[in-house]
Amino acid sequence: MDQVGAKLLEEIAGLHEIPEGAYNIRENGKSVGRSSTEEIEIIPKDNGKGIDIHIKPGTKNKSVHIPVIISQSGLKEVVYNDFYIGEDCDVTIVAGCGIHNGGKDSSQHDGIHSFFVGKNAHIKYVEKHYGSGDGNGERIMNPETIINLGEGSFMEMDTVQIKGVDSTIRKTSAVLEKDAKLVVMERLMTHGKQKAESYFHVELNGDGSGANVVSRSVAKESSYQKFVSDLEGNAACSGHTECDAIIMDEAKISAVPQLEANHPDAALIHEAAIGKIAGEQIIKLMTLGLTEEEAEAKIVDGFLQ
Amino acid sequence: MLELKNISFSVSEKKEEIGILKNVNLTIEDGKFIVITGPNGGGKSTLAKVIAGIEKPTEGQILWNGEDITQWSVTDRAKAGISYAFQQPVRFKGITVFDLIQLATGNRITVEEACRYLAEVGLCAKDYVRREVNASLSGGELKRIEIATVMARATKLTVFDEPEAGIDLWSFQKLIGVFEKLHEVNNGSILIISHQERILNIADEIVMIADGQITARGRKEDILPDILEKTASCSCQYYKEPAGLE
Ligand SMILES: Nc1ncnc2c1ncn2[C@@H]1O[C@H](COP(=O)(O)OP(=O)(O)OP(=O)(O)O)[C@@H](O)[C@H]1O
Ligand SMILES: [Mg+2]
Repeated sequence: MDQVGAKLLEEIAGLHEIPEGAYNIRENGKSVGRSSTEEIEIIPKDNGKGIDIHIKPGTKNKSVHIPVIISQSGLKEVVYNDFYIGEDCDVTIVAGCGIHNGGKDSSQHDGIHSFFVGKNAHIKYVEKHYGSGDGNGERIMNPETIINLGEGSFMEMDTVQIKGVDSTIRKTSAVLEKDAKLVVMERLMTHGKQKAESYFHVELNGDGSGANVVSRSVAKESSYQKFVSDLEGNAACSGHTECDAIIMDEAKISAVPQLEANHPDAALIHEAAIGKIAGEQIIKLMTLGLTEEEAEAKIVDGFLQ
Repeated sequence: MLELKNISFSVSEKKEEIGILKNVNLTIEDGKFIVITGPNGGGKSTLAKVIAGIEKPTEGQILWNGEDITQWSVTDRAKAGISYAFQQPVRFKGITVFDLIQLATGNRITVEEACRYLAEVGLCAKDYVRREVNASLSGGELKRIEIATVMARATKLTVFDEPEAGIDLWSFQKLIGVFEKLHEVNNGSILIISHQERILNIADEIVMIADGQITARGRKEDILPDILEKTASCSCQYYKEPAGLE
């Protein structure tokens, strides 16, 4: 792997070297490193368009890394990764995609991730998107996450896209059975002419299920963001979704809440707030000696922490 | 030394000029401990904001160690050694107490150092240092964090806007210690806006501001009787003296 690849890998997965445990590293459309363990088996799909990841029931405190990097301008791919997570597992899955585009053609990665989470399993899913390169070619990522949460299971999903992705359409859908819980934290920053759209659809089908979908975003310059969150309560469940956005310059943001309660004991809440950085926050930091620009940068950084 | 010369501040509302500060003259010498008091709406916070550069006076001049800083930005004044603790501290999503204290010091600091400032304002540091300065903090906690940040700056002049507001009795005693310490260390001047007699007690000088003007100044013994008289009366036709005072 060259320096560009190594840099991308570090940005999206915090990896400096070959990760511990199970991993699959995909570079420019091909797997360049793969390792299974006793408990976590990674099997490539026959058509070469993705992998199946099987995690044995009861696997605890283990991690799987499946980063994707693209440095070849003009490469477009659709990849299917399916996760089968056994009962009672407690695992961390780190995915993510970095595109370096130094050329004039657009590069695109559409990762479709399906999760089948067994009873009482706990998973943390971390996904980071990053783009770099000074070519005119666009960097496009359209991730799709399909989540099936079995009884009593818990999934925490953390997605970050802070820099360099020109266009994103993210779709996340989840179905929750009895007592399953889903917590999603999406962090997003767009600038220049970037566009990012994020759609959530969560079906709370089991009694005692709960979902919390939170998006924090900053839209700068003439970028555009759209956040659509749709919670469907089909049982005695609780759902909360929140979109909190800072708008700057000439950016545009649209937040579309949707709640559907199909059961009398479904409790659903939606909160959405879009606004500029509060003037008093900037002033407070200026009284500590920061310039206006430094104050703004600090506030944005903190907000997206 | 800070000198305010003929400071006026007015705002226009519905084509009408409203004078909020009127021809205020005040000098704060190095190492002095001055308390400003006076009725609500008298213009105290506005004066503090004029000093910090948050509001620009419509008329008059501000000198800092002899240099005219009237047109200086908030940042430049902060860098020149002026600190201001807000009456209503600002909340931030995602910025931690540690971040704020670190920014205030202008250096990289350790968690232990940050904790020391928090301990001085009576906050059990370990519980707070990693918390976000967001809506989850209580009013009194936020106020103390605000005080800790200006302490961390340790500048030549610190303006506190009603630091005692919302602070419990036990912490209040600590607070007095904080002022005394700031005062001793680097011979800093302190300007406190306060309604608390215990703070008035330790001032070198008390300045009374009412209706945008300095109406009295001097030592506590001379000023206090005057203050009680002024704040007890009101010319508003709907105002009724509390029963028992008539
Ligand atoms: N930007 C503004 N526009 C209009 N009125 C203002 C503005 N700023 C301050 N005022 C008014 O000026 C007066 C003085 O306000 P200021 O906050 O300085 O009072 P204060 O003495 O600090 O009062 P308190 O003891 O209640 O804190 C008030 O009547 C306030 O409503
Ligand atoms: Mg005030």
